[in-house]
Amino acid sequence: MAIYLIVALDVLNGISSLFLLCLGLAIIFGMMKIINLAHGEFIMLGAYATVISANAGVNIWIAMLIVAPLFVGLVGLVIERCLIRFLYGRLVDSMLATWGLSLLIIGIITTIYGNTQQGVPTPLGGFSIGSYQSSYYTLFLAGMAIGMMVLVYGVMRYTRLGLIARATMQNPAMAATLGVNPTRVYMSTFVVGAAVTGLAGGLVAPVSGITPGMGGAYVAKAFMTVVGGGAAMLSGTMSAASLFGAVNQVGAYFTTPVYGEVLVFTTAIVLIRLLPQGISGRFFKGNL
Amino acid sequence: MPFSRRRFLRHSALATTTLIAAPAVFRSGAFGAEKPIVVGSLHDQSGPIAASGTPMVYALQLAVDEINAGGGLLGRPLKVIHYDTQSNIQMYSQFAQQLAVKDKVDVVHGGITSASREAVRPTFDRFKVLYFYNVLYEGGVCDRNTFCTGTTPAQTVEKLVPSAMKKAGKKAYIIAADYNYGQITAKWMTKYVKDNGGEVLSTDFFPLDVTNFGTTISKIQAAKPDLILSALVGGNHTAFYRQWTSAGMKGKIPIASTTFGLVNEPTTLDAAESDSILGAYGYFEELATPASKSFVEKIKKAHPDSPYVSELAACTYEGAMLWAEGVKKAASIDRMKVIEALESGIAFDGPSGKVSLDKPTHHTTRNAFLAEVKDRKWSVLESYSDVKPADTASVCDLVKNPTDTKQYIINL
Repeated sequence: MAIYLIVALDVLNGISSLFLLCLGLAIIFGMMKIINLAHGEFIMLGAYATVISANAGVNIWIAMLIVAPLFVGLVGLVIERCLIRFLYGRLVDSMLATWGLSLLIIGIITTIYGNTQQGVPTPLGGFSIGSYQSSYYTLFLAGMAIGMMVLVYGVMRYTRLGLIARATMQNPAMAATLGVNPTRVYMSTFVVGAAVTGLAGGLVAPVSGITPGMGGAYVAKAFMTVVGGGAAMLSGTMSAASLFGAVNQVGAYFTTPVYGEVLVFTTAIVLIRLLPQGISGRFFKGNL
Repeated sequence: MPFSRRRFLRHSALATTTLIAAPAVFRSGAFGAEKPIVVGSLHDQSGPIAASGTPMVYALQLAVDEINAGGGLLGRPLKVIHYDTQSNIQMYSQFAQQLAVKDKVDVVHGGITSASREAVRPTFDRFKVLYFYNVLYEGGVCDRNTFCTGTTPAQTVEKLVPSAMKKAGKKAYIIAADYNYGQITAKWMTKYVKDNGGEVLSTDFFPLDVTNFGTTISKIQAAKPDLILSALVGGNHTAFYRQWTSAGMKGKIPIASTTFGLVNEPTTLDAAESDSILGAYGYFEELATPASKSFVEKIKKAHPDSPYVSELAACTYEGAMLWAEGVKKAASIDRMKVIEALESGIAFDGPSGKVSLDKPTHHTTRNAFLAEVKDRKWSVLESYSDVKPADTASVCDLVKNPTDTKQYIINL
């Protein structure tokens, strides 16, 4: 019995970390159709911000939940002003530019900190179910995923800011005639997306290996999830993260980690073949 | 004096000729007597493998500086031509050609991953350039032009597995990286577990970009092994040790690894995450012999920010020194004469102790050490002297087949 609970927790862990890692990308890609290939490096920057401030004596929770999103949000602001704002509506150019950006960020971090970086230990510790052990951090990640979902939904659905953002995404010209400044909206959306990605980087920092190239391990799955999710930012990402996260973890448990990965990619291919518009193109039309 | 156009042209032509000829004239005048012996170096100083390559470059430079301080070889100074291969196999092929054809080096030390070695070894065979590979690897290279000075599984895994089993128990669970090193090492682990009367419950391989080890940790708990044998590789895989600790498993099942701590793992992890992990290598920075202490001191003095000085650096230093002994004995830089001298039982007392070259395999008989992580450092528990490269010896005999150039896959 206990083992089923543990596997359920693993699945929950897979889903919530995937959701957190994708949300920032979904905000940027889903709303502005900018393909940000430097997404993995934003995660890496969040992780570095957490680890470096925590090693410098900042409380680990403050480092994860405040320093990481603030820092990456600021980096996002600079990048949007210097680079991204010229690329709205230019899909292929944005891919090339952000790919170059990702190499640049990796290079800068390697030059400053080298390839070796002392990480932070995972807070909270473990608990046991029967004779099995699991980590409280898993539950914390799930809580954070739900928290972020509620927060984004609340802002988008019930605030004036969210209304303006949704209006701009739907029809920028119309929003502009009504007195909204689209440039401003794009800028803040990009910054929010970057900050959310930074937060995800901060949250995975205590459970991953910290190297300048670590973003590469996340970026492919993040894109797959966002594309598989389709146009609806929240419901799409959530449903795709649930599907891929569960397939990966259950697959890895019942076969081997190699097949766990293979299964995810196969599922993604089949999904895109059957639902070219992503899950939300079919099931959650018009949702957030 | 009137300055005509014709005179101007004549003067300029003369001046140009002098300028162009000057370097050739000066060079032959100044260095003609003792043209340096050129040592090629191919190591990654940037990219993901930089933390391994950087101390190797320092060690090779140290060896060359020491030889030069002692008057060089055959009365000629040594010169290193180093290329940063940037953790990129294509760079290896390109720079190997360049070293052989353009720089005309007398020997090459380099290569880190097995893939990089196999990319450059045929080039050096073809252009007849002596090649030293100074890294621990899966064993089996059998090539008269190549000397492998690092440890092979029969020298380290063979010591690690029984000691870990004696401490922990007979039932092992193997986790390894999913590429040739991990696959082959997992086979060696299985062999030694069985040889020592144990049982392997399961073997799991992980692609190098796996970051979530939750299900593996659950599976390990369900299998209830006495011992975990790890050949996980790279930054992403260090996440396993973190997640293991955060699940509260640390200390419940001991871990022994053939890869942990070769580069920078103890430095990147917290003490609580890495304590009491077992490892076995041909050298540890913490080794307390005078030769080892002075070696580490010299490297850290020249490069205070050097990464961990592991077997990789020690073997590179010893490899360069063995080659120098060979040149001295041959009294020539001719490739065949140096190979014959190296095959005549050359030995060198290096930071890891006595290292001697084995004629039939071109590998080394060297000391091996077993150690345990304590407070983010290795603490050496046991040493084994004069361990032979028995794995490669079982498939390779260069005395019988001097023209052999392949890497054997050792059947277990």
